[in-house]
Formats: sequence, structure tokens, C-alpha cells
Amino acid sequence: MLTYFIQRLVYVVPVSLGVSVFCFLLVHIAPGDPLTAVMPIDATAEQQAAMRAAYGFDKPLPVQFLVWLGNALTGDLGNSIATGRPVAGEVMRAVGNTLILAFAASLIGFSLGILFGFVAGYFKDTPVDRAVTALSITGVSVPNYWLGIVLVVIFSVTLGWLPSTGAGPGGSSAWKWDVEHLRFIILPAVTLSVVPMGIVARTVRALVGDILSQDFVTALAAKGMGRAGILRHVMRNVAPTTLSVVGLQLGYLLGGSILIETVFNWPGTGFLLSNAIFQRDLPLLQGTILVLALFFVFVNLLVDLVQPLVDPRIKRG
Amino acid sequence: MSVTAETTMEIAREEVSGSSRGYWHEVFRRLRRDPVAMACGTLILLLLAAVILAPWLALQDPVTGSMIQRLKPVGTPGHLLGTDELGRDMLSRLVYGGRLTLLLGLLPVLFAFAIGTALGVFAGYVGGIFNTVIMRVVDIFFAFPSILLAIAISGALGAGIVNSLVSLTIVFIPPITRVAESVTASVRSLEYVDAARISGAGPLTVVRVHVLGNVLSPIFVYATSLTSVSMILAAGLSFLGLGVRPPEPEWGLMLNTLRTAIYIDPLIAALPGVMIFLTSLCLNLLSDGLRSAMNVKD
Repeated sequence: MLTYFIQRLVYVVPVSLGVSVFCFLLVHIAPGDPLTAVMPIDATAEQQAAMRAAYGFDKPLPVQFLVWLGNALTGDLGNSIATGRPVAGEVMRAVGNTLILAFAASLIGFSLGILFGFVAGYFKDTPVDRAVTALSITGVSVPNYWLGIVLVVIFSVTLGWLPSTGAGPGGSSAWKWDVEHLRFIILPAVTLSVVPMGIVARTVRALVGDILSQDFVTALAAKGMGRAGILRHVMRNVAPTTLSVVGLQLGYLLGGSILIETVFNWPGTGFLLSNAIFQRDLPLLQGTILVLALFFVFVNLLVDLVQPLVDPRIKRG
Repeated sequence: MSVTAETTMEIAREEVSGSSRGYWHEVFRRLRRDPVAMACGTLILLLLAAVILAPWLALQDPVTGSMIQRLKPVGTPGHLLGTDELGRDMLSRLVYGGRLTLLLGLLPVLFAFAIGTALGVFAGYVGGIFNTVIMRVVDIFFAFPSILLAIAISGALGAGIVNSLVSLTIVFIPPITRVAESVTASVRSLEYVDAARISGAGPLTVVRVHVLGNVLSPIFVYATSLTSVSMILAAGLSFLGLGVRPPEPEWGLMLNTLRTAIYIDPLIAALPGVMIFLTSLCLNLLSDGLRSAMNVKD
């Protein structure tokens, strides 16, 4: 077991390194010189060279990478081209808002998904099951950025119940856990929760159906165990796979909220990314992607580390 | 995404045990008895036909509109589905818009299917250092949520149809490679493959006859399930301003430019999204039908 933990921890190193290489290369696969955006049009050749040297772009790629990685490890992700402010600070401010939104969405999506999946799997091939299946396939198929717009039309424009954009009254971007702020999170969180709800419901339904048809369930029923007892056994068996799916979806929520954040002007990393794209602010793009990807790696690690505690059968060590 | 990958692998493992000549015949027989899959397949074929035949459908010009005809409601004479914020005919724009959206849904998956299968079969069959290198690189791409990866590459490359194609193809290569590698590795160690090798079949023959014969159908099912994801992502990129550039009609881009119209005519503003939703729903249901039609073994 200990070997499994250590193996899993060590495995993070090459993956994170690979992720960093990818993010580093993002700036270099971009067409044109990464400095064109900041360089004056009438800059002479010498000025251009001086600028290049100042940013370190005159050095060979591997050297540039090591310098960049060294800076990143000490919390320096460069400066935004558009605002001139440090990227690390901007990302850290935004990431909190993204985490809050992802947390709210996962709370809705996972609890409903697990509940629906369980009910559908338990009452397999009944109208309830078919309704849940239809709901989950709808959840997987709906473009959530469109759903967001539809919800705004219904609940903000037509009914006027909920605010349509922003993260707080008066355009505030500092989150507080009070009713006024919660009103702002409802629509984006519900929108964002639809896809994970569909996927989780689908998975849990299949798992529950699968486990209920196994011999040990028949044996339990035969020896006289009640419905509640059997359900407890089913839950124990469903938990590990559900956990890994949930973990994966949590990661997707962190990275996948960009479109939703754009629709709702939510001041998180997605909003930052869409600004970076719009202004072709490559350092900001690079830094945000790096932080989000590392979060994703970390969440996956966490799930893998918790997995053996939920599923004692894992003895991968 | 990984859940689908796992189920696909399970299907694949079952199929490894026996593949008959009448296999596809059997699959289509089962598919024909699935009313949902048939209905969805028909709808997609109709949509494809409309989109391909768009220039011959006597539609209005999708790019030029008239300023005095802006945001006419659905059902306006001459504009069956109304007009958009620049007075362009919505019906025409939805049909023409489907061309790019569907293209950006299907092509990346097709490319990734070819490249990913080749990489995965190579890695699984040759093994050793090649396998390690290919599969570890794949692992790195799995460290990105697919939408983030698409946005990262598209964001760096800049807007444009070709760049969207490239970034979406890169997004779908790793999952397909992973499925192909795992199925190939399990086929490779089967006794009849050994027997073929011993009786003198070269690596190319073994791969072509035994490996591809077993690998292609499960990956195909998996790939069909990716088309709806690809289409939603492609429209999402355009929605962010990263895909198709205006005035070219594309569903995601139309959804974005019509956002300001939600206060005036919500129905018009929602139409492109309805198209994305219905198409992706049909693609998913068809893929599900195909999956169960290919899964069942007597």
C-alpha cells in the first residue's frame, strides 16, 4: 500500500514536467514573434535584438525553458502583456472564484447525479429509469454555454428572479458567503453542473445495475437480508468507481468553466482566459493554463490517493 | 471521457474472442430494430443532406442582410425563421452554419481516428521503448481537461477554421491512442496471433488481418461518441471568438453574436443553440445505439 502511495506521488513529477513543457511551448507555437505585441512597429533591428535579449528570447529553447521553469517554481509566471501586472497574482485572484463556482456546481451535479443514477439503476427498465436516462443523455448533449443563455432568458430577462451576470452586487468580484452573493452563483453553478450530472448519473446507473445482477446480491437476498442491507452493500461497491469519475469531473469543472464564466461574466480563470485570448496576451494564457492543468493533476492525484481507502480491494503496491 | 474509454475497452475485449464474417450484417440488423437510433440516424442524414445541398436549396444569401430587416421574429413572410441582428435570413444561416459546425465536429474525430489508431496500434504491437515514449506523452495530454486543451492550443495559434481543426484533432488523438493501444496489447498476446506469426505471417500481415480486424470496430464506436463532443467544443471555440471568423455563419459564432439579442427576441437568439443541442443529442443516441448493437454477443 505504501509503495502504491509513493509510486503515485512520484508519477506526478514527470507529468507535471510534461505539462510545463507543453505550456512553455504554447508561446512558441504561436505564429509570429511572441514580442510583436509589445514591440513598437518602427523599432530598429538593434532595438528588436535588445528587446529579445531583455526577454531572454535570444537564447536556445531548452535554456529558455529552464529559466522559465525556474521562475515558475518560484511563483513568477511573467507579466501580462495587456496590463503589465504579474500573471501569477492575476491567476491566483481569479482561481479562487473558479474554485467557488466549481465547488457549487459539483455540489449540485454530483449529488443529483448520484441520486438519479442510483434510482435509475435500482429501478432498471422502469419509466423512472427511462426518464433518468433521457435526462442524463440530455445533460451530456447540451452545449452548456447555450443552456446558460437560455437560463438567463428565463430567470433573469423574463422572470427577473436572478441576476444575469457578475459575481456579486455592484459588480464586486470579492466573493462572500451571503444571500446577496449566492443569488449570483445559482445560474452559473446550475449551468455548469448539467454535464457532470449527466455523466455521473450514467455511470452510477450502469454500476448499480451491474452490481445488483451479481451472485452475491442474490446470496444476500436468499439469506434473508432486507432491502436496506442490500442497498448498503451496493453503495459500498459503487463508491470506488463513482469516486474516480467524480474526481475526474471535478477537474473538468475547473478547466471547463471557461465558457460558462464568459457567459455569466464570472470573474474567474475562464474570464481571464477569454481576455487573454481576446487581447492575444500569451503570458497570461500560458500562466492560467499551467495553473489550471496543475490543479487538474493535483485533483487526480488526490482521488488516486483516497481510492484505496474507499476500495480495500486495491492492492496495487 | 475515460469512462467511455473503459467501456469501449470492455467491448473490445469481448470482441477479441470471436469475430465472424456476418458481423456487420448482424450489427445492422440489430440497429434496424432500434427505433431511437434509426430516427436519430435519419435526422442526421437529413441534416447532412441539407447542409451539403445548401447552395441548391434556393436559400437566401447567408452573409448579406438588410438593415431594415433586423431581428424579424420567427414566421415572418419571406423569413421563415426570422432574421438575425444584421438582418440576415436565419434559416439560410442555420443551414449554411451547419456546414462548418458539422465539418468541425466530424473532421477532427476522423483525423484523430486515423492518427490515434496508427499510434496506438504501433505502440501496442511493437511495445518496448516506443510504447513507453508514446504512452507517456499521451499521459501528459490527459493532464488537461479537453476543453482547456482545445482553448490552449487554439488560443496560442489564433482564430481560424484550420487552427480549430488542428487543436481539436490534437485533443482527440490521446484518448483514441489509449484505447487502440490497450486493445492491441490484449490482441497481441492471443494464441491465434502467435499461431499466425509462427506460420510465417509478417508483422504487417498480422497487424492488418488480426489486429486491425479486432481494433477498428471498438475504436469506431468510441470515435462516434466523440463527434458530439467535438461539435460542442468546435462551436464553443467559435463562441469564444477562437474558431470561425465572422461573417461566415457557424452555429457557435451565431450564438455569440446573437447574445445581445436575447432581450429583444430570445427565440431567435436561442435557435443556433437548439441546432447544436439537437444534433449532438442525435449523435449521442446514435452512438449509444451503435454501441449496444455491436456489444451484444450470443
